[in-house]
Amino acid sequence: MKNIGLIARRELQAYLRTMSGYIIIAVMLFIDGLLFNAFAVPGTAKKSSEVLADFFTLTSGITMVGAVFLSMRLIAEERQNGTVSLLYSSPIHDVEIVLGKFVAAFLFMCLFFGATTYMPLLIAVYGKVSLGHIFAGYFGLMLVGASGLAIGTFGSALTRSQVVAAVLSGVMVLALTTAWLLGKVTDRPLTDIVTGLAWWGHFDAFRVGLVHLKHVTYFGLVTFLALFAATRVLEARRWR
Amino acid sequence: MIQVEGLTKYYGERAAIRDLSFTIDKGEVIGFLGLNGAGKSTTLKVLGCVLLPTSGRVLIDGYDVTRDPHEIRKRIGFLPDTPPLYDEMTVAGYLEFVAQLRGVGSGELAARVDEAMRKTSLTDRRDDVIGSLSHGYRQRVGVAQALVHNPALLILDEPTSGLDPVQIVEMRELIRQLKGEHTILVSSHILGEISQICDRYLVIQQGEIIARGTEGDLSNLLGNAGAVDVEIVGAPQKAIEALKAVAGVTDVTVSKLEGDVAQLRVVGAGELRPALVKALVAADVNVLKVDKAATRLENIFLKLTHGKEAA
Repeated sequence: MKNIGLIARRELQAYLRTMSGYIIIAVMLFIDGLLFNAFAVPGTAKKSSEVLADFFTLTSGITMVGAVFLSMRLIAEERQNGTVSLLYSSPIHDVEIVLGKFVAAFLFMCLFFGATTYMPLLIAVYGKVSLGHIFAGYFGLMLVGASGLAIGTFGSALTRSQVVAAVLSGVMVLALTTAWLLGKVTDRPLTDIVTGLAWWGHFDAFRVGLVHLKHVTYFGLVTFLALFAATRVLEARRWR
Repeated sequence: MIQVEGLTKYYGERAAIRDLSFTIDKGEVIGFLGLNGAGKSTTLKVLGCVLLPTSGRVLIDGYDVTRDPHEIRKRIGFLPDTPPLYDEMTVAGYLEFVAQLRGVGSGELAARVDEAMRKTSLTDRRDDVIGSLSHGYRQRVGVAQALVHNPALLILDEPTSGLDPVQIVEMRELIRQLKGEHTILVSSHILGEISQICDRYLVIQQGEIIARGTEGDLSNLLGNAGAVDVEIVGAPQKAIEALKAVAGVTDVTVSKLEGDVAQLRVVGAGELRPALVKALVAADVNVLKVDKAATRLENIFLKLTHGKEAA
């Protein structure tokens, strides 16, 4: 536990002291604001809760894509710079390395979530939305962010190039996004399974302010599996 | 301290090291010699618990690298061939991080970091960002991180690579100072850089140990024991006769003739040099140099590695 905190603190410092993380978040915020203005706000006969739901839909997509870019450096950069030898030769477990890095990336991503709150606030000022809706939506966003970052961590463990890491994680995220397309050409019960794999189907409840255990479980499971895989990749690298 | 038996490491189909066996006692300073790609770094990475061996047994302080790597990691400080530095951190911040990572308690943290910086002469750079340091300083920070938790075993992979001549002398002086407190493994492909600081040497070629021992042992291995090189000005004939008359000398040959200067190889037993000088002076020969033959590490190394390739 102490080691996870140690790794996370250093990693968070690295995010805060270098430009790349800020740039990624700035781009995410810019696109989010632009889309919010273009798609969520317009429409005359729209209820405030609908605007809020649209905001969460847009932001969830940006969160997923942004997570891939935020996490691409986590392990790939260590390998590129040779600092992974420091971690490997220290008395810490591989799972502590993975968790520490994941936690740091997640905390940094919370900066993004914090910076988006002006949009729900604007809706609240000009209309009427429930606080519960906002909390449920942000809880969902955090789950999406966690699973995206976990997939990104896994991709980052696979290679020493950050670009390749981003591409690998991007493909995995894309596969999870478009899984429902496969459902159109398969028979039941396979249809239910591949459709259930698509992450945005599980975000649907959160965007309208509902928290279902099964959807929380889905994101938790994706996060766990991706981090588990990343840990195994780190372990396997020692045998290489 | 270290026992290695039949250590083998494959990268895919290619064996980086084959069936290495050696033991190292506590407090020894061991030099790993070998060309690039000979298997030095791989061996040190296995000892540093960074890589796991394909087969063989490695015991450090009685712990096995595959079964109790954590116990070993607490006892070693490892400097890989490129220093593992985080450019955005300050020197002191980085050393604190490494010390905590290696289990130094908060009570002695500041003292340990200060001592590591003092030993490596980094104290006046403590608040500098690592990314702004020159290569020599980066290398020193690399050594500082290896010894910040006061490990029993220091593994330094090419600590002198890329340093300028002054820095190399400083690095050697640093290693010499660390001697006694730690068991030290140091590798290099440039032999002059680590000669005189190591108690013993292991010469690695294509993943196998081709020679081991002290500088003297390696020299004896080549049959140069007791040989002396003499450089004179003028005709060598007079000198050869004078040298052959010295007690203990068995053979004198001309090894090189360059204009007026002749180089002679004198073979014999025991310390011949004082008697040789006396004889040459008595015979009125102009002497330029009298030196032990081929004790220089470069020569030993070149002969050993080339001999292996020819065989």
